[in-house]
Amino acid sequence: MARKLSEMEAERIKRKNRANWLLSMPAILLLLFAASGPLLIVIVYSFLTPGNYGGILWEFSGEAWFKVLFAQDIFDDTISLSDAHLSIFWRSVQLSFLTTLICLILGFPTAYFIATRPPKTRNIWLFLITIPFWTNLLIRTFAILELIRNKGVINNSLISLGIINEPINMLYTDMAIVIGMTYVYLPLMVLPIYAAMERFDFRYVEAGFDLYASRFKVMWRIILPIIKPGVIAGSILVFVPSLGAYVTPRILGGGKNLMIGNLIELQFGQGKNWPLGAALAVTMLLIVLLALIFYMRISQRSEQKDAQ
Amino acid sequence: MSKTKKDAIAIHVNGVGKYFGSEPNLVKALDNVSIDIRRNEFFTLLGPSGCGKTTLLRLIAGFESPTFGQMLLDNQDITNLPPYHRSVNTVFQSYALFPHLTVAENISFGLEMLKKPKHEISATVDEMLALVHMEELKHRRTDQISGGQQQRVALARALAPKPDVLLLDEPLSALDYKLRRGMQIELKRLQLETGITFIFVTHDQEEALTMSDRIAVMSNGHILQVGTPNEIYYNPQERFVADFIGESNFIEAEVVSVTKGRSATASLRLAGTRKTFKANMPASKSKDKTATVFIRPEHAKLQKSTRGATLTGTLTNMLFFGTDTNYHLELDNGDAFVVRSQNEIGHAFHPAIGDKLGVVIDEQAIQVLKD
Repeated sequence: MARKLSEMEAERIKRKNRANWLLSMPAILLLLFAASGPLLIVIVYSFLTPGNYGGILWEFSGEAWFKVLFAQDIFDDTISLSDAHLSIFWRSVQLSFLTTLICLILGFPTAYFIATRPPKTRNIWLFLITIPFWTNLLIRTFAILELIRNKGVINNSLISLGIINEPINMLYTDMAIVIGMTYVYLPLMVLPIYAAMERFDFRYVEAGFDLYASRFKVMWRIILPIIKPGVIAGSILVFVPSLGAYVTPRILGGGKNLMIGNLIELQFGQGKNWPLGAALAVTMLLIVLLALIFYMRISQRSEQKDAQ
Repeated sequence: MSKTKKDAIAIHVNGVGKYFGSEPNLVKALDNVSIDIRRNEFFTLLGPSGCGKTTLLRLIAGFESPTFGQMLLDNQDITNLPPYHRSVNTVFQSYALFPHLTVAENISFGLEMLKKPKHEISATVDEMLALVHMEELKHRRTDQISGGQQQRVALARALAPKPDVLLLDEPLSALDYKLRRGMQIELKRLQLETGITFIFVTHDQEEALTMSDRIAVMSNGHILQVGTPNEIYYNPQERFVADFIGESNFIEAEVVSVTKGRSATASLRLAGTRKTFKANMPASKSKDKTATVFIRPEHAKLQKSTRGATLTGTLTNMLFFGTDTNYHLELDNGDAFVVRSQNEIGHAFHPAIGDKLGVVIDEQAIQVLKD
């Protein structure tokens, strides 16, 4: 009898597992075809030979990967590190990092403000945060351009107020790109921090005050560590798309100040070098991956330090 | 502990009120409350939810500022002092243990904020862990320990900075009955060992009676009566206090005569009886013709015959409690009356529902209420 029962149990588990697999099929298929599939194509393309008029030839070649990092002089064939590519990578990382930092500095107080409103008004503030999303990204970017160009709203007002005599040159600089990206990605910082903050139990703040912590200490030792997951999520959500940004640097950087996204576009467009574009795209993916690992390490280390 | 030190005032609350909202939705959470809490005292604020006891605690902790009035801690004005400048710590109802810190880190938090030297902090943390028997769980995260253990950590965390006053906001309400009884004894022990003034908030009258040196019974933002558990139980001044603590019978009585001596004594005739009783009369009632009399169920005796009984009535219900049984009677005038008597082995008295029974009340058991 006991054996029979155990067999029945095994049969039941088997049936349950089969049902679970079937139920998760849509998610698995989506991951397979929509996420892994295209990525695989890009990786494969990066190891092929470029076609003459764009596209690829099905011949193996490592040249694209070689070109990501190195340049060959056309006259004497000397090989050197590709300054152009490396400087674009470095600039992209710097600008994305700066954007993330500014978004954090602006987004944290915003999220804190919204989370500390009465529940009814919170939704109104959240609604206001999402309003920029109603307009197309291009139009929003052109609106920024209108604000910061030499004869734009900001410079004109500053001049008419007599604060400056000459317009501040902001457009087509790195600063313009950072301003544009900060504007575009700020909600992606605010929302996850808000989500963490909304779940935050403000009784911890009272407990902190009760245990002689000043306002600053309460923020630094209690609120920030507890809502850290929200801060990490927000930072990733801002950093990753910033690194691959295309429209903002194209319009506000004026095409002179390229970022990785523009470089990749160039290879698939005018450059007619699809494998190089694919290799650059995979490189960007690796940079993101490295940045995330680095970030995780730091936050883990600080956690261990806290635990000591 | 010298007598003078014991009687020194730790917390002096002087005419304090706390109003929330504004007209017409003004809520008077506390209305003109004055109270003195002595040093080294286990003091309990007792009352139903919404009576203002937690508000008073939060005012003492400094989480709220009073609308009016003044508060002193060891003769220093703390009315407008922020909580982090008061030598007062709180054990929260929800414990509010920091989820990102371990048990030991939670306990050391207050000491770190006070910038105590490192070796002193670790010594105090170990001392506190030993005090609440939590040494083994020092490095656990606070979500990895049980509710009872969290309770102990919350206590240790609040005691570690050695505050002048420890506030406890219904800390036992989340524990099950057995654990709660254990913690009541534990709390009393901790209070005696540390010599810190405890202010304990609860709605549980049993908890208040077993642990407190003194109790303040609160209702609707007012303090109705302050006294030792004995005073509160045996000599409640008002109907609310008598009703809230223990079980009570209330009987209307006719005031036959009042003799004025050092304290007024009245001759009373209970509703539906001929016999008169003598009882102390509150000054405020000395001219009234009727009074409400209060009798504890265990101070009345049940007897089989109605002859010689103070009151007579019909048995309507019996509730068995193990050690005692509650007999519910409907008196001849229609009022309800409860007699509680101890169950004895071989007791021959087994009334049945519907029986006509007599109730004997001793004169000492009768007390006249102020309202």
